[in-house]
Amino acid sequence: MTDTVDIRIPARSPRHRSERRFRLYGMAAIAVSLGFLALMVGSIVLRGTGAFQQAFVNIEINLPANKIDPDGTGDPLVIKKSRFGSLVKKAMRERFPEAKSRKEKRQLYKLISATAEYGVRDTVVANPKLVGTRASLWVRASSDVDMFLKGNISAEVAEDQRRVSDLQLGWIKDLHDKGQIEKRFNTQFFTSGDSREPEQAGILGAIIGSALTLLVCFLFSFPTGVLSAVYLEEFAHKGRINRIIEVNINNLAAVPSIVFGLLGLAIFLNVFGFPRSTPLVGGMVLALMTLPTIIIASRASLRAVPPSIREAAFGLGASKVQTTFHHVVPLAMPGMLTGSIIGMAQALGETAPLLMIGMVAFIVDLPGGVTEAATALPVQIFLWADSPERGFLEKTSAAIFVLLIFLVLMNLIAIVLRRRLETRW
Amino acid sequence: MNIQTHIEETVMPVPSASPTPIIEVRDTQVFYGEKQAIIDVNVEIEPNAVTAFIGPSGCGKSTLLRCLNRMNDVIPICRVEGSITLAGQDIYAPEVDVVALRQKVGMVFQKPNPFPKSIFENVAYGPKINGLTKHKLEMEEIVETSLKRAGLWEEVKDRLDQPGTGLSGGQQQRLCIARAIAVQPKVILMDEPCSALDPIATATVETLIDELREKYTIIIVTHSMQQAARVSQKTAFFHLGELVEFGTTEQIFSAPRQERTQNYITGRIG
Ligand SMILES: Nc1ncnc2c1ncn2[C@@H]1O[C@H](COP(=O)(O)OP(=O)(O)OP(=O)(O)O)[C@@H](O)[C@H]1O
Ligand SMILES: [Mg+2]
Repeated sequence: MTDTVDIRIPARSPRHRSERRFRLYGMAAIAVSLGFLALMVGSIVLRGTGAFQQAFVNIEINLPANKIDPDGTGDPLVIKKSRFGSLVKKAMRERFPEAKSRKEKRQLYKLISATAEYGVRDTVVANPKLVGTRASLWVRASSDVDMFLKGNISAEVAEDQRRVSDLQLGWIKDLHDKGQIEKRFNTQFFTSGDSREPEQAGILGAIIGSALTLLVCFLFSFPTGVLSAVYLEEFAHKGRINRIIEVNINNLAAVPSIVFGLLGLAIFLNVFGFPRSTPLVGGMVLALMTLPTIIIASRASLRAVPPSIREAAFGLGASKVQTTFHHVVPLAMPGMLTGSIIGMAQALGETAPLLMIGMVAFIVDLPGGVTEAATALPVQIFLWADSPERGFLEKTSAAIFVLLIFLVLMNLIAIVLRRRLETRW
Repeated sequence: MNIQTHIEETVMPVPSASPTPIIEVRDTQVFYGEKQAIIDVNVEIEPNAVTAFIGPSGCGKSTLLRCLNRMNDVIPICRVEGSITLAGQDIYAPEVDVVALRQKVGMVFQKPNPFPKSIFENVAYGPKINGLTKHKLEMEEIVETSLKRAGLWEEVKDRLDQPGTGLSGGQQQRLCIARAIAVQPKVILMDEPCSALDPIATATVETLIDELREKYTIIIVTHSMQQAARVSQKTAFFHLGELVEFGTTEQIFSAPRQERTQNYITGRIG
């Protein structure tokens, strides 16, 4: 038998062509989605990186002992009470004596941040030896100066249309030429809470708020979700009721999050009277939202445990509870954890329900516990995006950047956990 | 063949020259929902012997086997009628503790299914949950004897802390047998224990079964006629949910009384 056997790809087979066409479509689709992703991340990074830097102005400031600490106690509490504002202003007047009129002086003071005096205060408190000396300190520049230095305000524009006057431009140039103004890494952005002044505003308050909220969310939703899933999957009779519950849980996962926010408002705040704007309530609302995700993921991973494991345990005389908790649940745990972390990651990005329960307040202090008013990362982004000041624009992008990093981290943790804990059969 | 003739041919009481049976199955019917999988089966299982269940696929061998330690309880639609006794006690009586029953009637499955835990933990799990011992030393002893009896000790004694799932198929199956032995059962049910094994591993397990007969009563489901002939003393042939013929293995294979048995062992049905 010597039939010719031709197994080469035929030159013009329509089947082959359509296969190639389909591959092209697929690759194009991936390219488009990757393109959008790159565009989004790129624009956020471009706009946000500015916020990690901040302009500082160097001033020679007199710190007279009689004004700051007349009795020479060195006590931080005494030093804290003194009026550094006037000292800072005086230093500015000495630096630029040409500012004479009230109007000019006001413009002069606006070169530096209204919060500059706190920076000076903290430096002096940390180093009481400075009292009674003339010190050279770097203070935070105002947001407008900061924006100008970062090129966000153009000097070409007519004077009445820009937030930096010609007079101020001259001063800035002078400072710049003498090396007395420079951009530095903005640690404050990571170490302080919100502020009315863009140059002062930081994200730590929101990060802590989000962390506390997620903690509460996890503590409520993980045990509840896992136990529900275990009960429904392993113990409950697989009848119509079970199916109805399953369908409803699936539906619940698709309910818009704002509805959960309303529910939280109506029940946790109005009926139970829990404190408004707190991570406690926020976490509970988000727990309601994540619960379906966790239940669905947990049920799926329970179902993925091979029945032979259950049979093996039953065959040895293990009871239902023993079989479930000694064998099935541990094997399903990686999947459950992964599902939960992904649910948490969703919760981290949720804004609407938090708005409903009042976590949208302007809060300067870092939250110290789950029952203190706080804000969360996405809400902070929302608040900043809503502010008219130019300085908050880059803060918004920077905050989005931080949020994205946390999201990526959580997803990475989920992947690593799954890899680590996965049982290889 | 119509159903009438089936029934007439079916019941063949075994001559009771044998010792008192450890398991007696009387007029047992098993249903999965509406579907009847076991029809009017009567069997007596002799202690310290190997009984083989043979028959074509879907004839109800596994179903009947799983009734003997109530593994069918976990299937919601499964319903058992009639009486099955273990050493004279009805195992389906309401006062029976299923957990205790399964400790007395252990099971080895078709596919080796060790827990994804260490070899030691695999064997120790049964004794632990059944409260056979609390002492570490005693437990180590139980594990060692069980593994020795299952003929696995020499191969694994140096790596008891390694996962049982890392063993070869034949070793895994012997591990499962060791695990079943460790709870000190009276009866061991084996559902096609060698169907996932190669001929060499099969031979090892068969030798093992023959040795285990001294201490345990064994019921084995098998598709291999040769295996049934090699390891068993009694053979039950099932067809379409009925017990067609039950007798000594020798008699079933050399002089079957029923035409269907004859057809099956010569390969004409199945
Ligand atoms: N869980 C179940 N639900 C419904 N029907 C079942 C179930 N298990 C078995 N059956 C039915 O019961 C009958 C007997 O099945 P069983 O598994 O006992 O056969 P078997 O003799 O073990 O076959 P095999 O040799 O292929 O393992 C079959 O018709 C099967 O379809
Ligand atoms: Mg079977």
